[in-house]
Amino acid sequence: MTLKLISLRNLMRRKGKAAFILAGLVIGVATVVGIISFVEATTHDIAHKLEQYGANILIVPRTENLSLSYGGLSLGGVSFDLEEIRESELARLATIKNHRNIAAVGPMVLGVASVEGRRILMAGVDFRAAGILKPWWRVQGAYPDANGILLGSEAAGLLNLKAGDRLPVNGLDLTVSGILEPTGSQDDQLAFAALTTAQQAFQKTGRISMAEVAALCKDCPIEDMVRQIAEVLPGAKVMAIQQVVKSRMEMLAQFSHFSYGISGVILFIGGLVVLVTMMGSVRERTDEIGIFRAIGFRRSHIMRIVFLEAGILSGLAGIIGYGLGLGCAQAALSLLSESHGGHVPFNPALAIGSLVLALALGLAASAYPAAMAARLDPNEALRTL
Amino acid sequence: MSYIIADCLVKTFGAGASAVPAVSEISFQIAPGEFVAIMGESGAGKSTLLGILGAMNAPSSGRLLVDDIDVYRLHAEQLADFRREYLGFVFQSFHLVSYLSVIENVMLPLTVTRRSKTEKRAMALEALSRVGLTEKADRLPGEISGGEKERVAVARAIVNEPPILLADEPTGNLDSRNSREVMHLFQHLNDGGMTIIMVTHSAESAAYARRVMQVSDGRLQEDRSVIAAGLRMAS
Repeated sequence: MTLKLISLRNLMRRKGKAAFILAGLVIGVATVVGIISFVEATTHDIAHKLEQYGANILIVPRTENLSLSYGGLSLGGVSFDLEEIRESELARLATIKNHRNIAAVGPMVLGVASVEGRRILMAGVDFRAAGILKPWWRVQGAYPDANGILLGSEAAGLLNLKAGDRLPVNGLDLTVSGILEPTGSQDDQLAFAALTTAQQAFQKTGRISMAEVAALCKDCPIEDMVRQIAEVLPGAKVMAIQQVVKSRMEMLAQFSHFSYGISGVILFIGGLVVLVTMMGSVRERTDEIGIFRAIGFRRSHIMRIVFLEAGILSGLAGIIGYGLGLGCAQAALSLLSESHGGHVPFNPALAIGSLVLALALGLAASAYPAAMAARLDPNEALRTL
Repeated sequence: MSYIIADCLVKTFGAGASAVPAVSEISFQIAPGEFVAIMGESGAGKSTLLGILGAMNAPSSGRLLVDDIDVYRLHAEQLADFRREYLGFVFQSFHLVSYLSVIENVMLPLTVTRRSKTEKRAMALEALSRVGLTEKADRLPGEISGGEKERVAVARAIVNEPPILLADEPTGNLDSRNSREVMHLFQHLNDGGMTIIMVTHSAESAAYARRVMQVSDGRLQEDRSVIAAGLRMAS
C-alpha cells in the first residue's frame, strides 16, 4: 500500500473528473504545442518567402566620393572608379557568427563602358546569386555566359539591340544573350555581364565595387549581422536596408506575439479547469481525507496524494497534448499554408517542454486544492459525516 | 503501555456571550490496559472528549498527557505521528475508503510507515485474521456486510498495534448479533493488554468495559469501576 496506489485508485474511481482534468490540460498543452509548431513552420515558410524579396545588406567600399541611388534604395557612398573591395575578402563572410543566416552573397563590379558612342553603366554580377538577390528579374532570352551580356530594357531600347546581337565592350566582343523585362528600377538602364567578364573589361580582376547580401534574419537582429560583417571587412562600409528587414522582423514578431497571447489565455483557462475540478474533488473527499489524517497521515502525505494525482494526469496530458498539438499544427499547415504542404517535424525540445509545461500547470493549479486538503482538520472532517 | 492523564480539560465552542461549553474541567487518569466506556446523552460532550483524547481536537484549556507526552504541545505533523503510533480509531460509520479493498483499507495506517510491502501485507492479514475476515481480504467495502465493515475498521485500528484504541459508538450501526461480536473482539483486544476508550450510548456495550465514565453537560458526573458489579461480560 503506497500513496501512489491511493492516487491511482482514486483516479480510476473518479474517471469522469479525471477525464475532465485531463481534457483541460490536454487542450492547453495541445494549443501551445500546436501554435508553437505552426508558428515555427509558418515562420520558416514566411522567412523563406521573404528572402525572395532580395538583398537586405549592402557592402560597399569605405569612401564618400560618390552617392547614387540603386533599386529605389539609398546605397550610401559607392565609388566604382576609385575604391574597390578585393573579391577574395568576401570569403570572410563565412567566418561570422551568424554565417548560417546568409542566404546569398552577390559580388558586383561596376564600370562605365562606351558603346556606339554612348556611355553605359555596366555591372558584372554572379548570375547564380542574382537568382536569389533579384528574384523579380525576368529575362527574354537567356542569362549570359562568359561571352555574353544581358541588357536592361531601357538600355536595349536606346542601343537598339536584341538577343543575339553582338556588342563590343572595352575590347571584348560580347553577344546579347537576353533582355531584362522592365523592373521599374535602375537595372533597366544597365548592362549586366558575368563578374569575371566585367572584371576583365574594366581591368579589375579580383576586385569588386560592392556586394549585396541576402540575410535570413528571423532569428538574428540584422544589426548584429552588419556588425559582424563590418568586423571581418574593416575596409568596407556595411549597411542594412532597414526598411525591408524591419518589416520582416515586425511581421514575424507580431504573428508570434499574437499566437503566444492566445496560448497564454488557453493555458490560463486550462489551469482554472484543473483548479476548480481538483477543489471539487477535494471537497468530495473531505471524509476520506479526515480518515487519513485521523489514522496518522501527515499534511505532507495528503498533499502528496493530491499532487500525485495531478502529476499522473499532467504527465499523460503532456504526452497526449504534444501528439495532438503536432497533429493539429500539421493539419492547420496543410489547410492554411499557401503551398498547402509543409511538414511539422518532431521537436524533442518542444516535446520535453510540453511535458514540463503540463506538469508545471497541473501541479501549480493543484497547489491550492492540495493545501486546502492538507489543512483539513480531521475532527471537523469527521464531524461532517 | 500508555498512561493517560487528562488534566482539567475544557473545550468551548464559540466565544463571548455565544460561547458553548462542550467539555468543562474534566480530569481523570487511565492506566495501561484499562477498558473505559464513556457514556452520556446526545450532546453531553462525550464525542468531543473522545476527539480531545484522539489528538484531533485541541482543548481550550487543560492538558492531555500520554506517557508524559504533552499531546497538544506537539505541532501538527507530530500530532499526526502521535495518532499513527499511539492510537487506533474505530468510527461509528466505519469510514472505510470505498475504492480500496478490505486488505488495502486495513493497510492504510501502514502506508506512511517504513515497512516493506510484504511486511505490510503480512501485518494486515494478521489483523484481518484477528477479526476473522481473512477470506474477504480482496473484497471492496461495498461487497461486505455492516458487521464485517465494523470488523474491518477494527482491523485497521489495530494493524500497527497501537497501545490505545478509541472507538466512537462502535455498535451504533450494528444489529445485536454483530454488536456482540464487535464487543467480544474489543474484550479480546483488551485482554491482550490494549487500552480501550469507547464512547457509547449502549449500556449493553458499556457492560464490556471495566470502567464507565458518565458525562453530562460536559462534566464528568460519575467515574466508576464495574468489575466489582459483575457487569463485565465473560469472554
